[in-house]
Amino acid sequence: MPSDDDDLMREFLTESRENLHQLDRDFVELEKNPRDPHLLGAIFRAVHTIKGTAGFLGLVKLESLTHIGESQLSRLRDGALTLDTQLTSKLLAMVDAIRQILTSLEATGSEGDQDFSRVVQELSGIGVAPRPDSTPPAPLLPVRAATPPPVPLPQASGPSLPPAAPTESAARNGAADTAIRVDVALLDRVMNLVGELVLARNQIMQFGLTSKDAGFVNASQRLNLLTTELQAGVMKTRMQPIGNVWNRFPRIVRDLANVCGKKVTLELDGTETELDRSIIEAIKDPLTHAVRNAVDHGIESQERRIEAGKSAVGRILLRAYHEGGQVNIEISDDGGGLAIEKIRARAVERGLVTGERASRMSEREVGHLIFLPGFSTAEQVTNVSGRGVGMDVVKTNIEKIGGTVDLSSRPGLGTTLKIKIPLTLAIIPALIVTSGGERFAIPQVNLLELVRLEGAQARRGIESLHGTDVYRLRGNLLPLVFLNEALRLSSVGASEDVRNIVVLQADDRQFGLVVDGISDTEEIVVKPLGKELKGISAFAGATIMGDGRVALILDVLGIAQRANVVSPSRDRAIVDRAREQRSLQDTREALLLFRVGKSTRMAIPLSMVARLEEIAPEKIERAAGRDVVQYRGAILPLIMLGRELLREPSAEGTAPLLVIVYSENGRSIGLAVEQILDVVEEQITVRSQASREGVTGSAVVQNRVTDLLDVHGVIRRFDPSFFNRKEAA
Amino acid sequence: MTDSRQLCTFALDGLHFGVEVVSVQEVIRYQDMTKIPLASSMVRGLINLRGQIVTAIDMRARLGLPAISDEQQPMNVVLRTNDGVVSLLVDEIGDVLELDGREFERPPETLSGVFRDVVLGVYKLEARLLLLLDVERIIALGSQAAQRNDGGTASA
Repeated sequence: MPSDDDDLMREFLTESRENLHQLDRDFVELEKNPRDPHLLGAIFRAVHTIKGTAGFLGLVKLESLTHIGESQLSRLRDGALTLDTQLTSKLLAMVDAIRQILTSLEATGSEGDQDFSRVVQELSGIGVAPRPDSTPPAPLLPVRAATPPPVPLPQASGPSLPPAAPTESAARNGAADTAIRVDVALLDRVMNLVGELVLARNQIMQFGLTSKDAGFVNASQRLNLLTTELQAGVMKTRMQPIGNVWNRFPRIVRDLANVCGKKVTLELDGTETELDRSIIEAIKDPLTHAVRNAVDHGIESQERRIEAGKSAVGRILLRAYHEGGQVNIEISDDGGGLAIEKIRARAVERGLVTGERASRMSEREVGHLIFLPGFSTAEQVTNVSGRGVGMDVVKTNIEKIGGTVDLSSRPGLGTTLKIKIPLTLAIIPALIVTSGGERFAIPQVNLLELVRLEGAQARRGIESLHGTDVYRLRGNLLPLVFLNEALRLSSVGASEDVRNIVVLQADDRQFGLVVDGISDTEEIVVKPLGKELKGISAFAGATIMGDGRVALILDVLGIAQRANVVSPSRDRAIVDRAREQRSLQDTREALLLFRVGKSTRMAIPLSMVARLEEIAPEKIERAAGRDVVQYRGAILPLIMLGRELLREPSAEGTAPLLVIVYSENGRSIGLAVEQILDVVEEQITVRSQASREGVTGSAVVQNRVTDLLDVHGVIRRFDPSFFNRKEAA
Repeated sequence: MTDSRQLCTFALDGLHFGVEVVSVQEVIRYQDMTKIPLASSMVRGLINLRGQIVTAIDMRARLGLPAISDEQQPMNVVLRTNDGVVSLLVDEIGDVLELDGREFERPPETLSGVFRDVVLGVYKLEARLLLLLDVERIIALGSQAAQRNDGGTASA
């Protein structure tokens, strides 16, 4: 008999926990649609269920607490009360109180001795003073109808989860017939066994390759198929919808937004996306961190949002979807974006980077600084954030489970944090490579592409850049790491005639890993290494191959760090140099150099030049006070740059006029200059900012100071409607 | 110290060692193994023990003894430890001996180097001395690695 009660209690606890999560969510939702009869009904039933079972189990406190809640809810439902923020907070306080009692029940078996009388009082105080016109209005909707409507809640779809808010006993029985609760430890054990089975299967398949026995080959094929299906099936039992983690976010966002004095709505997209249980556990905290961050740092204050012409209500979108065997999770806000300059300054102030390096960093790189430990731009330490722990925790925790974190931000429009994580941790697809006579597995997650160089290419393709080997991959320099060297393996089997480059992604960098041979991709079962080997950062674990031998799994990030391709925060000098080279190439631009007036050298990007024309001075006509020429059957307005920019009189004479024709959407305008000097391809480093109108800045081109012409600005000044009309056209 | 213990014994470079038999999972012949680059020289490699990956520790290297000759294949003494299963590579396996606590003595103060770190004590058998090893210390691979080749001073 007592064991029956225990079972009942256990069941009650698990079930109530799920109900509470749902309650949090529903209340937040209800605050937005206070009259939604379905929501009200669902909330009412959930509270009612807890109350009923609490009464049955003799949990006095819980019963009285839920009783008050229930009666307020029923008044809400009948329309005698309307829900406002205050009431929601009080009702949520009740949910918290229930949660505390449950926790104490779980831990000690008793309801605990906390005093919830304040919660009860506050709740029961609501609406006691009857409102002036307290004639009970007619029920808004006949929700009291005997049979509750089908529960319209987004239900957890995992097979191991019972419906979130079962109410009628019939419904519950129905659920019990199709779903059972399974101890997670049992599932873990089954998963391990399947892992073993996969290995045994791989071994048997190996024999199958060399066997002549048709019966054996057939049997092994069948075993292969069955194992694959079994693996998928068992994996599925461990899958849970990500909604299970997200359940708590509406509440967190609501509470946090209230504390910060902001208005924030949270949208969830892809709640049904499934993930392995172990991963769900692992991402809970990082995601919570990230969401809190989005509310606290991402979304601006209401005033600032209105100033910026945005809706006062901030928006946070959580999105999850499967892509290429991975799960992507995005946390976007429509806030102010990252304050790049503030971050830069803060990072320097905190000594995380040198000022000189910070000034050279691109916006994207600066954005990634927030992942450094000890970083925070919050001016004050609030209880929300500003302690300098946060984003680095998010990053390390995600990386711990083999995931990656990326950040993109557009000033004024918001920030998106993109997290990629593997579906499961136990069995992963991997590329098998050989080096120094040993086999290694590289997790597919890190793999970008494979490059094979043969013959002359193999010898010439790899270039040395001050001791660092690089390969030009589609015009970008790819730093190379030789696995043999990185692991201090003997280079037997390495051939000079063939080079295999495995292009990998580590952190935000790409690098090429040069290996002796590339075998195949395989599903491998990840096994941890013993403590005595944990110190070697180059390996993430080990696995057993088809032939029964052990192969090591490479930790791509670890290898990159060992080889200094990426280094953890401190010294990135080598890489920075390599990257500088790369960005040098990126910003290389073809420029058209020309002379304006007597001696001013100017340049514009060649890409902006439609044509160059020579026009005889006598062809120039005047129309509407402007110089124009007839050009290709249309009228081409001319901007005399010397006159417009330098106030120098245009040279009189018979020399033909040189005109740079700029076109946009069928409309053209001519920029008359004195002399076309050259076309150069050069990296532009803007040395000084705009010193005068019509110039975006100055740079040294061909060792001479050259002004960069602000083409758009000049045209707009000359003809303010040039770009508008184009848009209308 | 009158309690008796059962020790699984083995030989290394002419010396006799023992570990408590309760910590021994099994004794197996030499297995093919996968080398671990960058690992300490005391770690010989990884073996696949029925689907379980086990680190093999070269006991000669661990104790700073000269390496085993090429034609001789070591044996695996597989141990269950607090940190999972590890294997000790030894020259030869001896008997399981039941030993009387009265025969036991703390290692002499003059014992130095790695031996001082890993030897719990000495059993004075009639024909020879048997050194009782501390398994947890062995697999911790010690900070003062076995480079200092000053083992073998276990003469009492």
